[in-house]
Amino acid sequence: MTQPLWEAFIGGILIGIAATVMLLFNGRITGNSGIIGGLWTIRKDKQHWRMFYAAGLIIGAGIYGSLHPGPVPLVINAPVPALIIAGFLVGYGTRLGSGCTAGHGVCGIARLSKRSIAATLIFMSTAVVTVWIVKQF
Amino acid sequence: MHTNIIALVSGIIFGIGLCVSQMVNPAVVIGFLDVTGDWDPRLAFVMIGALLVTGTSFPLILKRRQPLCAAEFSVPANKVVDRPLVLGAVLFGIGWGLSGICPGPAVTALAFGLEKSVIFAVAMFAGMGLFKRSRH
Repeated sequence: MTQPLWEAFIGGILIGIAATVMLLFNGRITGNSGIIGGLWTIRKDKQHWRMFYAAGLIIGAGIYGSLHPGPVPLVINAPVPALIIAGFLVGYGTRLGSGCTAGHGVCGIARLSKRSIAATLIFMSTAVVTVWIVKQF
Repeated sequence: MHTNIIALVSGIIFGIGLCVSQMVNPAVVIGFLDVTGDWDPRLAFVMIGALLVTGTSFPLILKRRQPLCAAEFSVPANKVVDRPLVLGAVLFGIGWGLSGICPGPAVTALAFGLEKSVIFAVAMFAGMGLFKRSRH
């Protein structure tokens, strides 16, 4: 771990600011899974802001990448078949459970939503157990 | 139109935040979830930083009658911990633990063009589409 902890903290503050901007101006929760999943119905419901938000995520990473000295560290250790299964579970699961780390974890807990606190505890502990099980093989 | 610009700005700040905090890097996320190994506490600091801001700003903003650029707040009203919530969180947790990737970082990482990022994002979007089909 070469990165200082305060960078993680600053990154978290930026995420909190992004969610604050979205709620203050647009009155919406910054739930990444809801926004991205909502892209499936964008032609019908005309909620184009979702596309702008998703583009913003990629542009933000592009800005960071262009300012960052050297390549941005990105290590995906899971093999491709596991990634396909995982991606599918993350997509389906976050929609069924009405949220992810952002919607439940960052926004829902801030509203003291019982559903979000429960969901966050469940997906965090399930993920911890999953990592432990994968390590046994 | 204003709402689109706001969404774009929010996305850009969120994307930068995910990169600065390294949440975009699946190895860092797995390091946090691997509590019995060489535990990486960074994700906890990301959550603390984010919740310090939203925990302060959300209650203040939600006291307003309406947001600045929209007629009303679109905030979930459901308060019941039901089966779909629990089952969805479990499925998400398994996928997150297998990959170290959740929806925001999945899209953000596309900026760096790794083949595995694209594969994950396509599978995730398909999973979201299947959910949508199953409900309509």
